[in-house]
Amino acid sequence: MISHTKSTTGPRHLSATAIVIAAATAAALLAGCSSSSDSSSDPSASSSGGGSKPKDPLAAPAAGGTVVVGSNNFAESILLMDVYGEALKAKGVKVSYQPNIGTREVSYGLLKNGSVTVLPEFNGSLLAYLDKSAAPTSAQAATAAIEAKLDPKLTMLDPAAAEDKDSVTINAATAAKYHLTSQSTIADLAKVGSQIVVGGSPEFQTRQQGLVGLKSEYGLVPKSFKPLDAGGPLTVAALKNNNVQAADVFSTDASVAREKFVVLQDPKKLFGFANVQPLVSKAGLPAAGVAALNAVSAKLDTKTLLDLDNQVQNQKKDPLDVAQAWLKSVGLS
Amino acid sequence: MSIFQFISDFFRDSAHWHGQSGIPHRTLEHLQYSFMALGIAAGIALPVGLVTGHTGRGGNALALIATAARALPSYGLLVLMFFWLGIGLTPVMIPLVALAVPPILVNSYEAMRTVEPSPVDAARGMGMGPVAVLFQVELPVALPLILSGLRSAAIQVVSTTAIAATVSLGGLGRFVIDGLYQRNYEIVVGGATLIAGLALAMIALFWLVERLTVSPGVRGGR
Repeated sequence: MISHTKSTTGPRHLSATAIVIAAATAAALLAGCSSSSDSSSDPSASSSGGGSKPKDPLAAPAAGGTVVVGSNNFAESILLMDVYGEALKAKGVKVSYQPNIGTREVSYGLLKNGSVTVLPEFNGSLLAYLDKSAAPTSAQAATAAIEAKLDPKLTMLDPAAAEDKDSVTINAATAAKYHLTSQSTIADLAKVGSQIVVGGSPEFQTRQQGLVGLKSEYGLVPKSFKPLDAGGPLTVAALKNNNVQAADVFSTDASVAREKFVVLQDPKKLFGFANVQPLVSKAGLPAAGVAALNAVSAKLDTKTLLDLDNQVQNQKKDPLDVAQAWLKSVGLS
Repeated sequence: MSIFQFISDFFRDSAHWHGQSGIPHRTLEHLQYSFMALGIAAGIALPVGLVTGHTGRGGNALALIATAARALPSYGLLVLMFFWLGIGLTPVMIPLVALAVPPILVNSYEAMRTVEPSPVDAARGMGMGPVAVLFQVELPVALPLILSGLRSAAIQVVSTTAIAATVSLGGLGRFVIDGLYQRNYEIVVGGATLIAGLALAMIALFWLVERLTVSPGVRGGR
């Protein structure tokens, strides 16, 4: 085959070389992908394949004794990475950072091969990634369900109370008018539902985690529904302008603090779980580190996370400074 | 699944034929937004185009305005107006009118400019006043070109009115946007088919209007 291509003309030969290079690159990429997906069937294979010979700089295993704290590529993940890393440093653990890894597809693979030791995760989203059919009814059940599907070299530490998920969020005017606070539930809003216009993404109208569930779980039947975007700028603008009084906004969205929106409580867990929870590699993290991260989770609730997100995303402060200041304020540094 | 399968499933589903989100109601909404925008645009652009074309003054300024309006991205303008004005018909009307004005303006200006001078002279020679010359000679001669401007505006507006759905209004765009978010491609394809059908219907409508209004002498031409 190769000898055949060699005998052909110059440009043909060049393109054949290009194809070989492309094929080799694709093979390497595929190998990287498969190591993250076929682990459940054969964990030992992936550990020997991933860890032994690095394919790219990111995949290099951590130097002995250093804990690598990673993050995915969004502001909140980077902030949580700094919080975890600085908390570990305070307990004398050697830390290096690996921010902006990308999406879960990539970061999960790096944890499995040992290149990253600690990653801030959201339990509901991670579970949905590992097992699409799971429908846990409590944060503990969610953790248990994740552990069952997780690579044996990895484990989840304690979940924090802080959650970033779909929510029913009302604007400041509505909160004042009906005397609702961040302690109020969606059921409290349902009492005045006939005066409330709800905004959200168009599929919110038809799915269980939307108008259907709001009616069956909380008896909330709004006056009308305005299809906009998925927690994006249009929804936020409509809520801000009081075109809609309630909307599906992510519970720690930067706009919540900026516009003084109120995220209503969801005691029936219609919107599932999205607790901040450290995903760690068992071998890489010393006992002192486990204790340090569990101490962070014990202190981190949604209000705190909102405040920290606000400092980073609205006030444009450096996430590392924000993390250090918060750890100091709660006595973890 | 083929596109034709999607289309036939969409139109066969009886649930799509009645109620607030049925095809007749959505089509009516779509036409309502479109003709409203077209009416406003014609109200602005026709008089300006006719007067400037008649007097022959302000052609450069006109070309400048038309080019600038053509460069405005409709969706961007819509989102901007939405942030400013909130949910309502006005933020949708502004980009649609901006879209419809240039073809009407430019065509009516050109139509008046290119009316042959000989019939106008003849009319003046017969003792017709300026108003009579405008309405009985210049306008009938210019009508085909004016209508063609209105027609292209109508086609563009009918196609673009779909963006109203992104800011929670109705119209046929509702099918496309909702279908995309709900991953229901049958609705997306069905909605797109209806919008394309309406655009074609505009061509038919203007062909009919032209048959009825343009004088046979002008139509027969040369």
